[in-house]
Amino acid sequence: MNFVACVKRVPDTASKIRVGPDGRTMDPAGVTYVVNPYDEFAVEECLRLKEKVGGTVTVLTVGPADSSKELRHCLAMGADRAVLVKDDQLQRDPLSTAMALAEALKQIPHDVVFFGKQAVDHDNAQVGLLVATLLDLPAVAEVVKVELGSGTATVQREAEGKIEVFELPVPCVLTAQKGLNEPRYASLKGIMAAKSKKLDELAVAPGEVRIEVLKMEPPSARPEGKIVGEGAAAVPALVKLLREDAKVL
Amino acid sequence: MSHTILAFAEQRDGNLKKSAFEVVTAAASLAKKLGGAKVVAVVIATQSVGNAAELGGYGADEIVLASGDAFAGYAPGAYSRALKELCEQKHASALLLPHSAQGKDLAPRLSALLLAPLVADCVGLDVDGGAIVARRPVYAGKAFWTVKPKSGCFLATLRPNVFTPSKSATAAGTPIAWQPSAQRKPRVVLKSVIAPEGAKTVELTEADVIVSGGRGMKGPEHFAMLEELAGALGAAVGASRAVVDAGWRPHGDQVGQTGKTVSPNLYIACAISGAIQHLAGMSSSRVIVAINKDKEAPIFKLANYGIVGDVFEIVPALTAEIRKVKGA
Repeated sequence: MNFVACVKRVPDTASKIRVGPDGRTMDPAGVTYVVNPYDEFAVEECLRLKEKVGGTVTVLTVGPADSSKELRHCLAMGADRAVLVKDDQLQRDPLSTAMALAEALKQIPHDVVFFGKQAVDHDNAQVGLLVATLLDLPAVAEVVKVELGSGTATVQREAEGKIEVFELPVPCVLTAQKGLNEPRYASLKGIMAAKSKKLDELAVAPGEVRIEVLKMEPPSARPEGKIVGEGAAAVPALVKLLREDAKVL
Repeated sequence: MSHTILAFAEQRDGNLKKSAFEVVTAAASLAKKLGGAKVVAVVIATQSVGNAAELGGYGADEIVLASGDAFAGYAPGAYSRALKELCEQKHASALLLPHSAQGKDLAPRLSALLLAPLVADCVGLDVDGGAIVARRPVYAGKAFWTVKPKSGCFLATLRPNVFTPSKSATAAGTPIAWQPSAQRKPRVVLKSVIAPEGAKTVELTEADVIVSGGRGMKGPEHFAMLEELAGALGAAVGASRAVVDAGWRPHGDQVGQTGKTVSPNLYIACAISGAIQHLAGMSSSRVIVAINKDKEAPIFKLANYGIVGDVFEIVPALTAEIRKVKGA
């Protein structure tokens, strides 16, 4: 089976986000990039499925040339091949990214295409379902369990506190939710092996960017808070404030 | 009136959700900013929806009720294709959906069908020089973007609890039945639903009040205390990443950059020190209460009200006090 995990490089979640001098983009100074955490679940699941049923795992990204570092990380985890669609557009919108990925996927054999449920930079949570619809593939988002049958996948999704169990035909698109698995660390052997693995570049015409960012701002400052008091003795005063001042009770 | 705005009014088991009124209110307010537009509320269901007519009072000029067996179970494909059809029929210049579990699942599909870009998780909508602009958080709320999509149809999902429903008219509307074209057989089949014992009734991202616990709760058994406080408040229970990673609480409970981004009216952080990735996920809550033994904890910088001290004493006292005032 051909497994494809689509990944994106994002600032580490511990990063402070500052607005750049243009007032529209993030200031990249001092930001460390990592593979989007949800995409790591996707890569890990593809590796586990391959270990069970055999096949190959390809990791695919649309991004700047520097993204080869994150692709190497996925190769070190155990992916067989990496494909980079080089793109220097800083702030691509989800639909144009999805169009580029869909074009690339037409040239990459795929039975299961896995995405993270969202990238933790722009939080769009769209690309997996966009690609599925563009390629007319069945899709389930935010899965926490996957089992492959003959020509089908049975997946579980957590929604509103319940677990839903779905069956869908393969080829299909799935997006990974936290809880799906615990991604492995790249071993030293894996890191060495990754150096000789194939990292291909694929040129596809990306879609037109149709969401213009006019302004990027830090969140508005919250009103100065107050310490109501210490210990359980402060509780009545707190409840009074919540009722009369904040009016939330 | 040159514009038509569609508002997807989500229902559950034959009743409109709170988000339905939020989305219709937002559509009506956008219509006003555009200098007049027709607001069409769209309800999709397999059965009749008891309170659909109420949407008229929130600014819907027309209420469309699409029903049929195609929408049974999990049918995002059928939903998105029906919405696409209606969008084209009405020559809609905008379509608004809630950023709920269902809205998140069908809006991107709709975006691909219409080849119109989707602005997800909006917290503000405005009109600038005749074009619709939207404000949305990025990096889980560490920053905000104002964006302008270029498209024939403006497509957006709206964050729950942000657009306050407001009654603009006394008149109720009359839902008009509408039948979408024949749907193809769904390829994704819902086999079963497992409802774990004590399953949440309030979804974290849509909850009005959230009680959240951090590593300072010292163990999964102590979350019973937070469940009790949540019960007294009608709240949902959340958790920090450390708690989820330790296996004390399910993954779905995690609030933060790698969990859920929430904006309830009231967020009570218990024994959460406030790592940057947690703060990102809850900093847009309207009122934040922090209970922590360390008065230097970063969470106090964000909190409107704080109590310094032992959660194991303060939380039960708070539960008792809330029961007392609510019972009064």
